[in-house]
Amino acid sequence: MSDVLAVAEHRRGELREVSHEVLTAGAELGAGELHLAVIGGDVERFADELDRGAVDTIHTVAEGEEFNHGVYVQALEQVAEAVDPTYVVTPNSVNGLDYAPAVAESLDMSLVTDAVGVDTGGGLTVTREFYGGKTEGEVDVFDDRAVVTIREGEWDAPAGAAGASIQAFDADIDETALGTTVNGFEEAGSGDVDITEADVLVSVGRGIDEEDNIPLIEELADAMGATLSSSRPIVDNGWLPQDRQVGQSGKKVTPDVYIAIGISGAVQHVAGMKGADTIIAINTDPGAPIFDIADYGIVDDLFDVVPALTEQFA
Amino acid sequence: MKILVTVTEVAEPDDEFEIQGQSIEDRYLTYDLNEWDDYAVEEAVQVSEEYDDVEVVSVTVGPERAEETVRQALAKGVDRAIRVWDDDLGGDLLDPGTTAELLAGVVEEEEPDFVFSGVQSGDMAFGATGVALAEAAGLEWAAVINDFELDPDAGSASVRRELEGGVEELTDVALPAVFTIQTGINEPRYASLRGIRRAQQKPLDVETPTDLGVNVESTLSLSSLEVPETGSDVTYFEGSADETAAELAAFLREQKRVEA
Ligand SMILES: Cc1cc2nc3c(=O)[nH]c(=O)nc-3n(C[C@H](O)[C@H](O)[C@H](O)COP(=O)(O)OP(=O)(O)OC[C@H]3O[C@@H](n4cnc5c(N)ncnc54)[C@H](O)[C@@H]3O)c2cc1C
Ligand SMILES: Nc1ncnc2c1ncn2[C@@H]1O[C@H](COP(=O)(O)O)[C@@H](O)[C@H]1O
Repeated sequence: MSDVLAVAEHRRGELREVSHEVLTAGAELGAGELHLAVIGGDVERFADELDRGAVDTIHTVAEGEEFNHGVYVQALEQVAEAVDPTYVVTPNSVNGLDYAPAVAESLDMSLVTDAVGVDTGGGLTVTREFYGGKTEGEVDVFDDRAVVTIREGEWDAPAGAAGASIQAFDADIDETALGTTVNGFEEAGSGDVDITEADVLVSVGRGIDEEDNIPLIEELADAMGATLSSSRPIVDNGWLPQDRQVGQSGKKVTPDVYIAIGISGAVQHVAGMKGADTIIAINTDPGAPIFDIADYGIVDDLFDVVPALTEQFA
Repeated sequence: MKILVTVTEVAEPDDEFEIQGQSIEDRYLTYDLNEWDDYAVEEAVQVSEEYDDVEVVSVTVGPERAEETVRQALAKGVDRAIRVWDDDLGGDLLDPGTTAELLAGVVEEEEPDFVFSGVQSGDMAFGATGVALAEAAGLEWAAVINDFELDPDAGSASVRRELEGGVEELTDVALPAVFTIQTGINEPRYASLRGIRRAQQKPLDVETPTDLGVNVESTLSLSSLEVPETGSDVTYFEGSADETAAELAAFLREQKRVEA
């Protein structure tokens, strides 16, 4: 029977939702003991909050306030030595990807990232996407032991109290070996438009091709009385300010209507807009992943459709 | 000062494609320099322009076909390139740990002051090779950075790590280290004609895993690949652009979503 070690994630005093999801994925990965490591911050409060589902033992490592990958790697090496897990399961978050590959390397375990499904009948098989969500593949893992990072929002939070054994783990952290110092946090600046407040968002992606074409979308937004937002490459290119970016590293929006124009629907974009009431996609590629979550679609060239649509509202 | 940049070639499928076995048929694929590595190359070239005596070396694990992509990096200002390959590597899905072991072999040979890597490859999207490389090569690291300030005298760099929801973590990292570069950190240049010409003369050395003294085998294998079932029930507006636009506008008005 495989024992599993899941790892919680928190930031600035709050557990992140995915901390619950790793417990559900962890239970799916092994029928043996399910362990959870909670490292740094208010570990006792976090442990109480995470005493859910099938977790058997919660190891609290009271070491620092915020995430530091050096602390995480050392602590997880030691917890793993104590519990000898077959699988380690972590969030596929920005911080998850800042320690999971190092933990896999250091524990000599195989690594599969961004899992959307797992199956352990006959060795581990992980379902994940390839080619920007256009295909999905099954990955067989040859090693007996593996680190799996899970995509956020793919597993539910476990229901019901667990009554786990909560144990303070006395990790021996070598401070002199820590090569990074976290000095603080900053929020990306916000401008005069708050896209999270908009009822209707007209959102533009890389399909627009050139900065000179942006006014085409602006005109549509104006004609509809909607607010203009965008995917990341538009902001990376400096064509629109950062506060217009929808997605994982931008804003999470929940408008009544979200019109995605020339946006492929990459997972990090979808993370920011899947909560919209009605999603409409305009894209030349019928296989674009945005159509997997759209309610209405037009498979056509935006340079034909957008001016015609603007005309409709003129 | 020496900077190593990891550069990978990514495959992008056409809008319409077919899958044969566990892979997309090659005739539907277009190969290009990975978007994140384009930013990593630019960051390295900018550092080399700011300081004297900086050599920028790129390393790619990939078949001969990847040399076209490597030349793109050379044309943008990389001084010298290394490509690591062995036909045995071609069969399976290369897991990030295995790629990292190979790259670590090059780090050992080249002893760079620091390494720039991309946050992720556009096609495989493991998002893991850079950090795995750091651990394999015994270097420090910082993942997903959108700002890089080098302090050569202190032997460190101050970076911003881009977390979820517009939060940035301000972190100091001791060198030597691997930094995984996020898009938007700079404005990647286009290769000039002169750059493209000069790239042809720049050294591009090929090494095998054996040359590097690295013995690896992938721990992963792709057992199936398919176009995911769309569980969604999209309603498509069909017809000419004028027709679909009229249908969509009528729908939005009917739903009282739009006042106009
Ligand atoms: C850590 C991390 C965080 C990220 N955070 C975010 C984020 O917050 N927000 C975000 O958006 N991305 C984010 N990304 C980037 C994300 O992975 C994608 O690269 C990005 O979302 C792609 O943007 P896009 O859809 O505009 O471009 P592409 O993926 O290039 O898609 C362009 C689309 O336009 C279509 N198209 C082309 N021409 C036309 C035409 N004439 N008419 C109609 N359609 C056309 C194409 O078919 C294609 O589907 C993040 C990535 C990482 C690794
Ligand atoms: N085959 C490779 N050769 C060189 N660098 C690579 C290779 N694969 C991945 N990388 C580097 O690692 C980064 C992350 O890739 P991945 O872990 O596959 O998402 C890429 O942006 C590259 O910089």
